[in-house]
Amino acid sequence: MSVSAAHLGGGEQQQAAAVEPPQKRGVTGYILLLPGALWLTIFFLVPTITLVSTSLYDPAGSVETGYSMTWHWQNYVDGIRDYGVQFGRSLVYALLATVACILLGYPLAYAIAFKSGRWKNLMLVLVIAPFFTSFLVRTLSWQLLLGDNGFLVETLKTLQLLGPDGHLLATPFAVVTGLTYNFLPFMVLPLYASLEKIDPRLVEAGHDLYASPFTAFRKITLPLSMPGLVAGTLLTFIPAAGDYINAELLGTPTTRMIGNEIQDLFGAGAYPVAAALSVTLMAVIVAMVFLYVRRAGTEELV
Amino acid sequence: MSQHRSGLDALMATVQTRGVSRRGFLRGASLSALALGSPGLLAACGTEGAKQTAESCVSKDLSATEKMLNFSNWPEYIDVATKKVNGQKVTTLPTLEDFEKMTGIDVEYNTDVNDNAEFFAKVRNQLGACEPTGRDIFVLTDWMAARMVSLGWIQELDHANLPNVDANLVENLKSPAWDPNRDHSVPWQSGLTGIAYNAKYTGEVGSMEELLTRADLKGKVSLLSEMNDTMLFMLRITGADPEKFTDEEFGVALDKLQEYVDSGQIRRFTGNDYVRDLNAGNIAACEAWSGDVIAMQYDNPDIKFVIPEEGLGLWSDNMLVPNKADHKANAEKLMDYYYDPVVAARLAAWVNYICPVNGAQAAMEKIDASLVENPLIFPDAEFLSNAMAFMDLDEKTRQQYEQDFSRVIGS
Repeated sequence: MSVSAAHLGGGEQQQAAAVEPPQKRGVTGYILLLPGALWLTIFFLVPTITLVSTSLYDPAGSVETGYSMTWHWQNYVDGIRDYGVQFGRSLVYALLATVACILLGYPLAYAIAFKSGRWKNLMLVLVIAPFFTSFLVRTLSWQLLLGDNGFLVETLKTLQLLGPDGHLLATPFAVVTGLTYNFLPFMVLPLYASLEKIDPRLVEAGHDLYASPFTAFRKITLPLSMPGLVAGTLLTFIPAAGDYINAELLGTPTTRMIGNEIQDLFGAGAYPVAAALSVTLMAVIVAMVFLYVRRAGTEELV
Repeated sequence: MSQHRSGLDALMATVQTRGVSRRGFLRGASLSALALGSPGLLAACGTEGAKQTAESCVSKDLSATEKMLNFSNWPEYIDVATKKVNGQKVTTLPTLEDFEKMTGIDVEYNTDVNDNAEFFAKVRNQLGACEPTGRDIFVLTDWMAARMVSLGWIQELDHANLPNVDANLVENLKSPAWDPNRDHSVPWQSGLTGIAYNAKYTGEVGSMEELLTRADLKGKVSLLSEMNDTMLFMLRITGADPEKFTDEEFGVALDKLQEYVDSGQIRRFTGNDYVRDLNAGNIAACEAWSGDVIAMQYDNPDIKFVIPEEGLGLWSDNMLVPNKADHKANAEKLMDYYYDPVVAARLAAWVNYICPVNGAQAAMEKIDASLVENPLIFPDAEFLSNAMAFMDLDEKTRQQYEQDFSRVIGS
């Protein structure tokens, strides 16, 4: 990115210089790449390689005897066989949370971008404000809100919406709610950024051409906000699929996600299977993101 | 950014005329690096055994010249007082400060042990490679202490420096199977695992089996995620002896647990955090640790502790000096200091776990007479006859059991 950014302004001259020998381009860009590349090597490439190699260790090893590299691909098969359910559950929960985030976040971002007037900055601060407290504290607060003897459950019971034995905490609903809440700002902010850039005159022009408000939204606002929607979806879905705090604090043994299992397996010392599951999760998410981006297009994401 | 598009396109076109696009170059370069590098790297990986011996990992003791000590313990596990200094409230650790005054040793006290397995993961790489962890003492529960001792990661103590320990350590803790002469470990506190319930939401729960089958408790029960604690009771329910059982018996007990999980009776598997849920009534009854329950009772008299019909789980947390800790003699001074009956009583009066020090019960008269007869702090022999410990497991078996257990609690 830094290379292209450095050249962006000078695109015209660059084209003119195209006939000159390539050495002219200089090494500045590559030198600027160095710190980032170094960082990625140390904190991304090396850990990834370690993780992949751990996933191929002989599971018969232990901390005491050490692990030997036996290219034990069976770890992957075992992982999927034993934890396929949690895998599917993670993807479903993350998907539900992402959809909920879009349903809640799009109107909010739209309101902030077009309707908030002088309250715009305040509303943006309010969206970001939850980040001032820790992720853990926010999730724990949901335990209070959804608690069996809390206000919400009592009210729902009075209204007969919830049976006498019903509860909200420790259900899939609580886990998805927690995920939605925790990742909502990641949906709102990119959406706001792209909605805010839309020129309102385009919508006016649409109305002049007899487009109904809905058609104008569908043909003008929505397509122009796609970059924000795509970015928001990725920023919500990816961390939500790997999250384990929400399932741990708001769920039960039957709502556990793949993150909880990986965490537990590392705790139990089953490093090879834990690593194999981590790699599988990474691969599945990368594949899904790749397909999604192929369909939705990232050209506008830049 | 679309206004720059034409510029960018032009640039891409330019670069492409040279044969390789920037993106293509990066992609090609990284892929080929990966293809060339990774099999070699991966194959070179594999890890060495992490076992150490007294010969392979020699520690120095700098206690004579450095009057300091790094102490890692569990949260809420030492006496705390608040006092006013210049109008500001400060928390102090009275017994620890007296130790500093008495010996001139500067103690850095950290509460960074939250979970045995998690702490193991934190120090495993250093100790496995015989490198310092920056800690002179840490406190771990029996099974994890046993694991570390068997890995050779713990320094041997010099009993000449521990006269109080030798004189005052209670009889039943003198020779655990994993450290028969207490050469590597000294108990900090012991505790019991039993049942706690919130009397505001349910009546008495007398046995673990009742906890796991009573219909009115469905979805309102939690168990502990520590395998030893929970499986001890499962083994009892299925008629096995937790102090000596076979693989098959463990399998049967685990199936029983699976049955309870599937029935929806169990709401969660928890660490210390059951305290919050039990207080709020989200769970009505649970498997619990004695000290937590006594501490909760100060704020909420509805919380009750029950000795289950199956018996009690008994465990200790042990002070250990890891390899490459530089202040072993200082650490031994601290261990010995906490075996002074008066100091031990002051500590027990605050943390409310079982005090492992003979004579502390008499010393407690002057500190808090109401605790002297509390069997959860000073249990008598009859009380302890109900107590069971979990069988010692070797590294390999434990790993297998832990893995099977975690699969059940997370289905």
